[in-house]
Amino acid sequence: MAPRSIQITACIAVSAFVFLPIIFVWREATHSTSFGSPEWSALRFTIKQAFFSAFLSVILAVPLARALARTEFRGRNLVVMLLGAPFILPVIVAVLGLIAVFGQNGVLNGILMFLGLGKISIYGFQGVLLAHVFFNLPLATRMLLFGWQSLPNERIRLGQSLGFGAWPRFRFIEFPMLCKIAPSAFAIIFVICLSSFAVALTLGGGPKSTTIELAIYQAIRFDFDFAAAALLGLMQLTLSMTAALTALSFAQNDVMGLGLDRPFVAVSRCLGESMLDFVVILFFVGFLFLPLLLLLVQGASGIWDLPGSVWSAALRSILIALGATGICLVVALPLATRVGELVATLGIAVSPLVLGTGLFLIVRPYVNPFDIAVIVTLCVNALMSLPFVLRILRPEVETTQRNFANLSEALRLGPWAKLRWVLLPRLKRPIGFAAGLTAALSMGDLGVIALFGVAEKATLPLKLYQLMGSYRMDEAASAAILLLCISVGLFWIFEKWGQWYA
Amino acid sequence: MLEISNLMATNRDFTLLVDLPPLEPAIYALIGPSGGGKSTLLALLAGFQKLSSGQILWSKRNISNDPPAKRPIAILFQENNLFPHLSVERNVALALTTQKNLSPQQKQTINNALDRVGLAKHAAKKPSALSGGQQSRAALARVLLQDKPILLLDEPFSALGPALKQDMLDLVSEIAAEKQTTVIMVTHDVLDAKRIAIKTIFMHTGFVEPPKETAALFSSPSELLSAYLGKT
Amino acid sequence: MAFSDTDVLTVYAPDYFASEWGPGPSIEAAFEKECDCDLQFETGDVLARIILEGSRTYADVVIGLNTDVTKKARETDLFAPHGQDYSKLTLPINWTDDVFLPFNYSHTAFIYNAEKLSNAPASFEELVSSKEKFSLVIQDPRSSISGLALILWIKAVYGDRAESAWEKLAPKILTVTRGWSESYGLFTEGEADMVLSYTTSPAYHIVAEGDRTKKALIFPEGHYLMMELAAKLEGTDNPELADDFLAFILTDTFQNLIPTGNWSLPAALPKSEWPKDFKELPLPSKVLFYSEDEAASLRDEAIEEWRRALSK
Repeated sequence: MAPRSIQITACIAVSAFVFLPIIFVWREATHSTSFGSPEWSALRFTIKQAFFSAFLSVILAVPLARALARTEFRGRNLVVMLLGAPFILPVIVAVLGLIAVFGQNGVLNGILMFLGLGKISIYGFQGVLLAHVFFNLPLATRMLLFGWQSLPNERIRLGQSLGFGAWPRFRFIEFPMLCKIAPSAFAIIFVICLSSFAVALTLGGGPKSTTIELAIYQAIRFDFDFAAAALLGLMQLTLSMTAALTALSFAQNDVMGLGLDRPFVAVSRCLGESMLDFVVILFFVGFLFLPLLLLLVQGASGIWDLPGSVWSAALRSILIALGATGICLVVALPLATRVGELVATLGIAVSPLVLGTGLFLIVRPYVNPFDIAVIVTLCVNALMSLPFVLRILRPEVETTQRNFANLSEALRLGPWAKLRWVLLPRLKRPIGFAAGLTAALSMGDLGVIALFGVAEKATLPLKLYQLMGSYRMDEAASAAILLLCISVGLFWIFEKWGQWYA
Repeated sequence: MLEISNLMATNRDFTLLVDLPPLEPAIYALIGPSGGGKSTLLALLAGFQKLSSGQILWSKRNISNDPPAKRPIAILFQENNLFPHLSVERNVALALTTQKNLSPQQKQTINNALDRVGLAKHAAKKPSALSGGQQSRAALARVLLQDKPILLLDEPFSALGPALKQDMLDLVSEIAAEKQTTVIMVTHDVLDAKRIAIKTIFMHTGFVEPPKETAALFSSPSELLSAYLGKT
Repeated sequence: MAFSDTDVLTVYAPDYFASEWGPGPSIEAAFEKECDCDLQFETGDVLARIILEGSRTYADVVIGLNTDVTKKARETDLFAPHGQDYSKLTLPINWTDDVFLPFNYSHTAFIYNAEKLSNAPASFEELVSSKEKFSLVIQDPRSSISGLALILWIKAVYGDRAESAWEKLAPKILTVTRGWSESYGLFTEGEADMVLSYTTSPAYHIVAEGDRTKKALIFPEGHYLMMELAAKLEGTDNPELADDFLAFILTDTFQNLIPTGNWSLPAALPKSEWPKDFKELPLPSKVLFYSEDEAASLRDEAIEEWRRALSK
């Protein structure tokens, strides 16, 4: 696609943006460091929770994706669209929602108490898993749903004409498809959960649930031990990249959930199966949307009473999100190759804390970091979305390349003409989806403010923390709803734009 | 005898109407322009798509509401007739059972069918290890075991070279004659029709002309048919 | 910035301090009225930033350091003596540090809802060994200042028996959060009976919400003292302005902004001049505090005890 020189430049730029900061943090180190038992147990816990979170997310996504793939009902497209919502939620908002449902005083415990069944606790390992499944089940579902929808029509019909029941249908048609898609879904979610920080810290219950990211936080903010921070950061990076490499080697040209509104293939099911599908959809829709719904009910009325500064922070966040989306897409297009996608994966593999510290050290001799906080936030947000954007774009770019390379060649289209007349129009849908995802993810991100700081230039998530930090919990809940609405709204607008005449 | 009377089905923007005289066991070619409803008709017959009205009778029995597997019908698609992850033997075996273990008797039956299509030596291979012609044969072997009195062919051989395609058509023709099968074959190629179809049905956006003797049909084509065939 | 010759005083402060809901904006306005200068807050992770910047720092003054980090901060050799008269201080302990100047204080305490919890424990020992199924939310000492203060508090009360106190406390701990905000949010959501916070926390609910149900448990064993401090940078371009600001910190104007701005107690204002609601707050009669050297020598061991006890 892009000329080779641009591809290489993009790869180098992204790698440098990730590795230079780590090197700079390393250079700050005044002494050598080594790992003790707390670090090793943090490593073990990090891997353990990521493994089980990914495993559960994928396993649970199987019945949901299957039910969605073969049930037609009103609002199905809406449900599929909203499936994106938990994934793009800021952690703090999601945790509040989960607590409203599963907490000590939550709806679920209310029902259990009423039935005399005792209480369940969301705190501890189960809480970390619950939250991670809440975030990532929708992602897994979208990937698997795509798998179901890409099953050749003939194969389903062949099964029907051979009289396959539920089990043979699973064994001969669905299982082989799952074997292709589930491992890459698992690996992607595994990588995402490796860098989880806030979830484990709020719901984890205690020091048993210490992740590597917390150890990095402690090293930088409390111990000022930069050697340890750099080493831990590298360890996390290596771990994530290994998992990502595995993911990519499994990854077929399956997309993160595109093509979801393709014509629907009716599958004949017996009544029992239809009922089961219905129950499955109802159950998971409840699990994914009830927390959000409760938050809305609690906080929505307060939105209009939020002070003007929160609204201007919201506007600022939207602008930052749009800027990050622009940067991300421009960088993503030339990276849409196998190597490029691998490089982009650095975006979720790198520790944001190490990245922020390193960037601070790099720019500090030349400018006041305070003055460029917004630009740095833009770039970091763009970087963090890059892996997801490429997972969406790359297969589509490659398909378009394959299908139209000869024709473009024959027409002697130059790189820019090709971009303008072939690639961009063909890619409108995936670009819309990718842009929506980036914008929404950037909305909720706190970026690198720990060191760069922004007082009058606070973003919405920061305002939310400021409200919480000054005892204003109700206003914080309303700000969280505002954040939720804007994130989902941006996602929705971009995705719709992509589908428009596409 | 297959009776298709007042069949109606609606797809998004077009309605298909089919009413044919009873079809005796024979090979029928189904020709007509793309988007004319040929594949839809096959899907209706096979039971993949619901009828809006009308009925399909086989030996005077109404099969319109039977699920696909209960109909006396086997079908071959243009592609994806075999499961790529299963061996040829297992693919063929699916006509008999979905159980893992095959009885010696079943093995024998499968072997006979593979032998009949000339694939006995390739039983253990995966479809990807076979040539296009061999893949068609494997699918045909399964159809043999399904042992249905009606066979629908949705251009399954269109990707094969002329010689291979002729072989396959002849094989279908032989089998159909042996078993007294009613075959309905969608094709774009007049030569296919002329080679094995006794009668040909011409289908034109949404409606159908009754079957005519193939030779007679092509020697004095109607205006619509000439337009479809172009200058010869 | 209308007058280019206006002196700019750059003050590094934590984000909460300079936010519109913190005391920062009114302090800025009050000081600018007196100094004919431009006070600019730069927010973020104060000490980490100073350490990374070294002698090239832009800061003239830092405000909002905690007693837990003064040792690290002192070791950088970047700070200059404040030169202020500490006899004005009204702290519950004797403070004689010439570099770090306290401007507010509070004590660690567990906050509970008096409407929901009728049998609140009367002492730390009662809380620790009670058979009641109290649920507590605390903060992680590895990521939070108040969390660190809690382990020092328990160390001060229990000494060598701290680990066994933690073991007894462990089943009552609902969860450990990264920072104070998450904990307090869980508490106000009704998730836990008690939250680790400050003796001054009830004042917010009383003053801002008229809610008198949130109370601090006052223990006879004593409460750990927490102070926030300010200091002048050695390399400041504006030493006089910086001194003026440090002096301003000890004035009544500044001190009066602390209670309802920072929801803590002023460090240099006699109790008789506190706002009424603060005067009425129940405060501990015994105050526990480790000097920075003591705290530094205890810290790693205390964290490790906490980690072991809660990992079981």
